[in-house]
Amino acid sequence: MKRMFRKHAAALALAVAGALGAAQDVSAQSNEIFIPVLVYRTGAYAPNGVPWADGYVDYLKLVNERDGGVNGIKLAYEECETGYATDRGVECYERLKSKKGVAVNPLSTGITYALTDKVPADKIVLMTTGYGRSDSVEGSVFQWNFPLLGTYWDAADMLVQHVKRKGPLKGKKIALVYHDSPYGKEPIKLLEERAKMEGFQLILLPVTHPGVEQKATWLQVRQQRPDYVFLWGWGVMNSTSIKEAIAVSYPRLQMFGVWWSSAEPDVTPAEDAAKGYNGIALGHSAEGGFPVHKDMQKYLYDKGKGTASSAKEVGSVLYNRGMISAMLTVEAIKQAQSKYGKRVVTGEEVRWGAENLALDAGKIKGLGFGDMGQPLKTSCHDHGGVHKGRIHTWDGKQWSYTSDWLEADYKVLRPLVESSAKAYSAEKKITPVACGKA
Amino acid sequence: MIYRETGQFKTTYASDQQLFPILQDRWFVIGFLAFAFAAVPFMATDYLFLAILIPFLILSLAAIGLNILEGYCGQVSLGTGAFMAVGAYSAYNLAVRVPDLNLLVIFLLAGAIAMVFGILFGIPSLRIKGFYLAVATLAAQFFVDWLFARVKWFTNDSSSGSVSAPPLELFGHAIVTPAQQYVFVLAIVCVFALAARNLTRGAIGRSWMATRDMDVAAEVIGIRPMMAKLSAFAVSSFIVGVAGALWAFVRLGSWEPLAFDVNRSFQLLFMVIIGGLGSILGSFLGAAFIVVLPLVLNQLPTWLGIPLSTAMISHIEFMVFGALIVFFLIVEPRGLARLWAIGKEKLRLWPFPH
Repeated sequence: MKRMFRKHAAALALAVAGALGAAQDVSAQSNEIFIPVLVYRTGAYAPNGVPWADGYVDYLKLVNERDGGVNGIKLAYEECETGYATDRGVECYERLKSKKGVAVNPLSTGITYALTDKVPADKIVLMTTGYGRSDSVEGSVFQWNFPLLGTYWDAADMLVQHVKRKGPLKGKKIALVYHDSPYGKEPIKLLEERAKMEGFQLILLPVTHPGVEQKATWLQVRQQRPDYVFLWGWGVMNSTSIKEAIAVSYPRLQMFGVWWSSAEPDVTPAEDAAKGYNGIALGHSAEGGFPVHKDMQKYLYDKGKGTASSAKEVGSVLYNRGMISAMLTVEAIKQAQSKYGKRVVTGEEVRWGAENLALDAGKIKGLGFGDMGQPLKTSCHDHGGVHKGRIHTWDGKQWSYTSDWLEADYKVLRPLVESSAKAYSAEKKITPVACGKA
Repeated sequence: MIYRETGQFKTTYASDQQLFPILQDRWFVIGFLAFAFAAVPFMATDYLFLAILIPFLILSLAAIGLNILEGYCGQVSLGTGAFMAVGAYSAYNLAVRVPDLNLLVIFLLAGAIAMVFGILFGIPSLRIKGFYLAVATLAAQFFVDWLFARVKWFTNDSSSGSVSAPPLELFGHAIVTPAQQYVFVLAIVCVFALAARNLTRGAIGRSWMATRDMDVAAEVIGIRPMMAKLSAFAVSSFIVGVAGALWAFVRLGSWEPLAFDVNRSFQLLFMVIIGGLGSILGSFLGAAFIVVLPLVLNQLPTWLGIPLSTAMISHIEFMVFGALIVFFLIVEPRGLARLWAIGKEKLRLWPFPH
């Protein structure tokens, strides 16, 4: 027993030593710009989290390897595993915060909600490329949030517009099969608004985390036979939904996923049966032939420095999205440097850079991204920059575009954004900044 | 040698019955609290406050609540997450709908609402026990998950179902910095821990423990099982409700029902079992084990300079953590608090054990 006790004491001492170690953290070198990287490579969402994380980290590596950093300043980064859990995500953020990060991309709407309260005090830019709070487009209230490329309200609006082209929606039924989390619930407000305008009936079908059990949901789909199903799933939920749709023989052609529900890991488990399934693409799809992909191969994978376990992952939908997310972060840093000088910039300076991003088609091409990104211009009242997307369809082997560009209608969205932002500022007692002055 | 009671004579009942009868204990606790209140706020980093100390303290409070129900009164509950959620959402609704309410009043009212809810779901305990009761409290968990996810009134019609707490303010002072939040939480936890410790030493606590040990015998000696059980549910869910409100307001800031799902209930149950059933100290030790250890395990490879992939670190964290739970339960099924007590016993005889 005595021996045992000594062992406990040793274990306890180790734990205490560890906690103290956290206190005196090793801060990043002062001649580098630090970017905290919140990822999830384990858990139910790993199949989708891994390619995104690989793309994100690979792009940061590429900037260091190919260009020697951003205008000569190297990028430092550190990964932290969140497991898509909000509390672990907040812990990761706190852990990496002390290293003076400039911008963080949490890849979870739940974590985004939690961090939205924290970033203004810590002066770290919260980049949410293609997710996050839809009302954070309004930069006068959400000064530090940047839902670049598009929000869920954008996505839902574009999907409604797309199905409307096939015939008027009056009297039709649209079902939303969604992940029962802030992420999945985000589009409901917009869809309710659109349902009133267009006269369709909206059926809400929540799926609980992690989404492997959906028999009941799809039985309801079978009973009610909606004309369209919008899928707002993530991780293992997506492939399960597609398999269940097949089981109740719901036509895949009438299924539309959001951009987080239309990547390779979602359709490959169902193999050929997923044929005809559609998704809205966030500007890009699975494309691997652009100069940036060739650079990835040349500078990273040929030298064995790539993050992904196989170079085949380069160019997949989520890998590209990770890469673009990192690219936008880097461009915000560049923009900040153009005003404040080519040095290690602070979070506040990067915030200015993100709010004054202007990437035209030529510039995006120049970065090696071809036409994977649409021209993007942010401003104080529009932290999204661009609100466009295309539909892509899975043909059993690959994704291909099946529509031309759609654009979210801000005549409809603007009042929603403003009322929601106003409610938030009232709840949090925030005074919106006057745009155009600061 | 140092830890010895020789010469400490108790000459009054009061001195014999005090909270910490041994002088060294008393000084240790006073010193420890003085350190926690006066020194830690100036020493610790933001990370230590926000990621370790505050979650540890709040979950300790929740574990104390659960321990009263489970450790002292013997009523197994899997609905702790639900009681926390009731506290959190009550506090949110009070803060949003009733303007200018004092933060402490909000927390106490939130606790009271959770208490009513707890009593309601405690009623089945009069008829069923053990595993069956656990399943009945599980119903509370699922009911609450459903309630706060589906009934929009509770979330003030938030589009995503996620709600945010208003800024913390107490008597006109904003509680903003991590150190201020820490002191605020620490003060509340200390008050409740002291109250809980005293409750469990008094008549109510004895009636709980009698009910736990053998309810028929307790009834025979004149303890009313209904009062004992329902009061345990009431006190427990009051404390858990306050902990839920703190967790939501101080720790999370904005949250969704998922923050209080069944996993939270299990987490608290593990804390109480590993820490020690029927021990206030055990609640703290268990919370430290469950909250701090995974974080230490997750960061250990980085501190030691071992390059491992993020995924591998997570996998190792799960494996080592699981193994340690099993290890501690085998070594001392009565929990970490019992190990502490054994240590103290040994220390009293040291260096001359018989």
